[in-house]
Amino acid sequence: MSITRWLSPLLVALGILGVWEFGVRAAGIPPFILPTPSRVLITLWDNLDNLLPAWWFTVRITFVALALAALGGVLIAATFALSKTLERALLPYAIVLQVTPIVAIAPLLLIYIDSTTTALLICTWIVAFFPILANTLAGLRAVDPNLRELFQLYAATPLQRLRWLLAPTALPYFVAGLKISGGLALIGAVVAEFAAGAAGRETGLASRILEASFRTEIPKMYAALVLISLTGIAIYLTFGFLAERLLVRWQGEVARS
Amino acid sequence: MPALPLQPAAAAAQSLRSAAIGKCFDNGVEALRAVSFDIAAAEFVGLVGPSGCGKSTLLRIVAGLAAPSSGALEITDRAQLRPAFVFQEPTLLPWASVFDNVWLPLRVRGISRAEARPAIEAVLARVGLAQFERALPRELSGGMKMRVSLARALVTEPNLLLLDEPFAALDELTRFRLNDDLRGWWSAQQFTTLFVTHSVFEAVYLCNRVLVISARPGRLHADVPIEGPHERTRIWRGSPQYAEQCGRLSALLEQAAEA
Repeated sequence: MSITRWLSPLLVALGILGVWEFGVRAAGIPPFILPTPSRVLITLWDNLDNLLPAWWFTVRITFVALALAALGGVLIAATFALSKTLERALLPYAIVLQVTPIVAIAPLLLIYIDSTTTALLICTWIVAFFPILANTLAGLRAVDPNLRELFQLYAATPLQRLRWLLAPTALPYFVAGLKISGGLALIGAVVAEFAAGAAGRETGLASRILEASFRTEIPKMYAALVLISLTGIAIYLTFGFLAERLLVRWQGEVARS
Repeated sequence: MPALPLQPAAAAAQSLRSAAIGKCFDNGVEALRAVSFDIAAAEFVGLVGPSGCGKSTLLRIVAGLAAPSSGALEITDRAQLRPAFVFQEPTLLPWASVFDNVWLPLRVRGISRAEARPAIEAVLARVGLAQFERALPRELSGGMKMRVSLARALVTEPNLLLLDEPFAALDELTRFRLNDDLRGWWSAQQFTTLFVTHSVFEAVYLCNRVLVISARPGRLHADVPIEGPHERTRIWRGSPQYAEQCGRLSALLEQAAEA
C-alpha cells in the first residue's frame, strides 16, 4: 500500500480544517453559528462521559443489527436459491422493504413495539439486510455450470455441494454485500433513532444531536457528528481490510466493489 | 506405471453399446436421432461432426449427465463403471490449490487429504505438475490448467474417460504435447476413451476409430477405423498414411455437414 494513498486524503482533510479554523477566527463567526474545529474537539473531550455511552449504544445497535442482517440475508438467499417459487413469491416484498425510506417506517414500528431498542434494531436490520441478500443470491447463482455438472458426476451430496462449491463461490459476493451493509447499518441506526426521537440514558448519538440542537449547543452537535463519521470510516476500513484478507484466494474472480 | 494406491483393483475397461439413442430438448430441437454404435473395452474412439451436431450431447448422455429421449445406453457392468469427464474448459475450483482440485473427486468419496496424498502426488508427477501442488489455477497457463483437469480425471483411475474437446482452446504446441501424453496414459491404463473433437487431424492422430456424426439432427454418418501404429508420434503425423486418412475423414465430415 503506497503512502500517497493515505497521505493525499489526509492532506486534503488538514487543508480544509486549516481553512475552516482560520477562516472562522478571521471572520469572527461566533461558535453558536459555526464553531472552529479546535472548539469541536475541545467540546468532544469535555462531553466524553456523556457522548461515549451514546456512541457505544449506537455501535451496539449497528453491529447487532448487521450480524442479524448477515444471518438473515444469507438464510433468505439460500432459501431463494433452493426454491425459485419462494423467490418469485417473496423477493418483491424484500424489495418493497428496501425501497421504502426507513424514516417512513420507523414511527409506525415505534408505535407497535414497546421496546425502543428492539424497534431500532428492526429498523437497522431492514436497511442492512438487502445488500447482503441480493449479493449472496447473485453469488449462489454465479456457480459455473460445468462445475455444477462435475459435482453431479461425482454424485456429491447436497452438503458437499454447499460446502465445496456454493459457499466458496458466493463468499466474495457476500463479503461485498457485507461491506455495503456495514455502512448502511450505521446510517440506519442513526436515522431510526432520529425518527424515534428517544430521550433518556439508553439512547445513542442521534439523541445527543437532537438534545444539543434543542439547546442550540452547536459545538456539541458537531462533536456527535464527528463521532458518527469516525465510526463510519472505521467500519468502512475494517470491512475493506477483512475482505482483502479473507479473499486472497479469490483475487480477480469477482470485480472488486 | 505403478497402480495408484487407495483404489479398488483397477476395474476392467468398459464396453459401451448405444442402441438407437435419440435426444429431443424441451424446446423441441432434435439433437440426436437413432444413434447406434458399439465401443469395445479399452478402445480409443473419436467423435467428430459439424458444430451443433449433438456430439457433446451424446457424450453427456454417455456420462449420465443427460438422459436420452429414446433408445438406451448399455454398459457392460454399470456397478464397475468409473467414468471421468474432461470439459472443454479446465473447470477448476478457482479458490483451491492444484492439490485440492485433484483431491476433489476423492474427497467427495470421503478420502482424507492424508490418505489421498500418495495418489495425488503420483498423478501430478505423471502430468508434469509435481512442483505446482500449492499453486492456484489463476497462476497457471492454459495448458497447465488443462493438465490439472486431466490429473483430476486420472486420479480416480477411471475405466471410461470422456473428453469434450479438451484441447480446443490450447495453442498447437501444447495441444501436441497433451495429445502425446493422453495417448501414453491410455496405452498404460487401457481405459475406454471417447474423445470429442472438431479437429480431423487430432482425431486421426489419437484415435483407433472415429465416429462421424451428421448435422442436426445428429445421426451416425460414418464409422471409420483408423489404421496406424500403436505408438503415435511425430513420425506418424508426417506419414503419408496419416495424411491420406485425414483427407478421407475430412471428406466424410463435409458430407456429414450436408447430410
